[in-house]
Amino acid sequence: MSTVKLTPKRVRAAAWKMTPGKFFSYLFMYLFALLCVIPLIWMVRTAFIPQEQALDLFAVAWPTLTNFTRIWGAAVWGNYYVNTILIVSGVLLMQFITITMAGYAFARLNFYGKNVLFILFLTQIMIAADVLILPNYKTISAMNLSNTLLGAMLPFFASAMGTFLMRQTIKTIPYELEEAAKVDGCSLFRLIMQIYLPLLVPGFIAHGLIAASYQWNNFLWPLIVINSVSKRPLTVGLAIFAMSYETGAQWSDVCAATFLVVGPLLVLFLIFQKRFIESFAYSGIK
Amino acid sequence: MQSPHTISVDLSRERRKKWRTTRLAWGLLLPSMIFLAIFTFYPIGYSVYMSLFKNNMSTVMTGPKFIGFQNYVTLFTKDTIFTQSFINNLIVAVVIVPVSIALAVGMAIFANKVKLGKGAVRVSFFYPTLLPMVAVANIWLFIYTPMYGLLGYINSSWRFLGHPDTVLGALIVMLIWKQAGYVMIFYISGLQNINYELYEAARIDGANSRQTFLRITWPMLKPTTLYVMIITLTNAYKMVDHLYIMTKGGPGNASNMLLFYVYQKAFDQSNTGVASAITVVLISLLLIITCVHFFTQDRKIFYA
Repeated sequence: MSTVKLTPKRVRAAAWKMTPGKFFSYLFMYLFALLCVIPLIWMVRTAFIPQEQALDLFAVAWPTLTNFTRIWGAAVWGNYYVNTILIVSGVLLMQFITITMAGYAFARLNFYGKNVLFILFLTQIMIAADVLILPNYKTISAMNLSNTLLGAMLPFFASAMGTFLMRQTIKTIPYELEEAAKVDGCSLFRLIMQIYLPLLVPGFIAHGLIAASYQWNNFLWPLIVINSVSKRPLTVGLAIFAMSYETGAQWSDVCAATFLVVGPLLVLFLIFQKRFIESFAYSGIK
Repeated sequence: MQSPHTISVDLSRERRKKWRTTRLAWGLLLPSMIFLAIFTFYPIGYSVYMSLFKNNMSTVMTGPKFIGFQNYVTLFTKDTIFTQSFINNLIVAVVIVPVSIALAVGMAIFANKVKLGKGAVRVSFFYPTLLPMVAVANIWLFIYTPMYGLLGYINSSWRFLGHPDTVLGALIVMLIWKQAGYVMIFYISGLQNINYELYEAARIDGANSRQTFLRITWPMLKPTTLYVMIITLTNAYKMVDHLYIMTKGGPGNASNMLLFYVYQKAFDQSNTGVASAITVVLISLLLIITCVHFFTQDRKIFYA
């Protein structure tokens, strides 16, 4: 008698038997997946179908850009894009600096007050900036930064989530590497720039994708801080554009505008699907 | 044997070294700490302080007036919008957390097992997470619109968003759709960490799939569930952007939420005192949720 080695694949294959119960639960889940995509499909369809046919569920037409050309002049979308991109990249850039420094301290150094500071960082995860809109608005106004992009970015320059993520990433790097570099007389700055940075790229990507989608989607805070039209980010622009239609008769316009806002993010997601999902999972693994 | 003298020298050298490390570490933490101090710690204290003052349109000329805990007393005894928002928040949390978790576990098990169209299945479950709440609100407003909306094709007289009895339910469905895929991600990695030999043992013992789930999968996913519970619970208090577009908290505050009420009080009605008091209530709720979790459960969820 020969022994069969256990592998996950063999175990799954052995456990695999199609039963009516399994068949129906699979069918149900496929249908459920379909149900989840319907809102998106419908939004995209309405954005690309000629306005006259938009409200006919069964209308078939060649995709057209007329809805987009019509709304492009109705709001300064170009400005909105630039502002969103500026906010996202400004916040990311600053966060990469602050979280790398703080993450390194928590991962590698043994210092007085470490536990207290760790708890203090945790506070930001417990009480996110979303809740502190009123006092933070007062602070930003007192700094004379209301109605500026910097004001929209400033509360997010430190990230406890990002710090903990970098701490985890740094911990996976063998300490011997650092010791060897130190023995060779490497300065802390060079150590970070030349030894750590390349190894930290996966952590940066994970945090970058999460923080970028958070900032791209952030709404309430920029709505409060920014009041001139040309400085609005995409989300605020979209909300105010959509609100200008009281009757709801202009769904082609609203869907086209919605597509303008979510399009780039969705395209990025479809290209880097695996990276995105892994990054979100990575942020949760402790 | 070492003399006491050398030991103390070693100790002080050790201590001096630790102080050097401490200086370096604090230096590295300083940039983060400055921003945390200005935009997390100070605003918490400032909200508490501001909540003790009467500060609204009527005090513009005289300046804020100290009234102790009066704002809180009014909120909890007289302000029906506050009570309504508080209850709404509670309902949303109580419904969203278990439903998202149950759906997410099912989705994760399916997304893990399925062979045909694995990527497509994951994408269709996960993509709502990435959409801005404002965009989601537009899409679902369209779905719920009477006559012209997607649901209007089924029954043109449905007015889910226009009726106080159905509006919260309609929004909850949307919120679950938005976040179940996010929760699923954590369960997918949770499932992949379960040792497959457990399943093999169960199969040899002749366990059916229900027993396998209840005795192996679900207990092994407990750490994930605890982590996810915190995320979904705190999210239930933070997700309000959609109200701005869909209902403004209406009809008749039937869909209002605490954070949106802060926004209305502070920026529509310029009532800083009351808005600060609601902020403090929100802060306390979030602190209670996370502290209960942090101090009663497994610390591994936060520590490495």
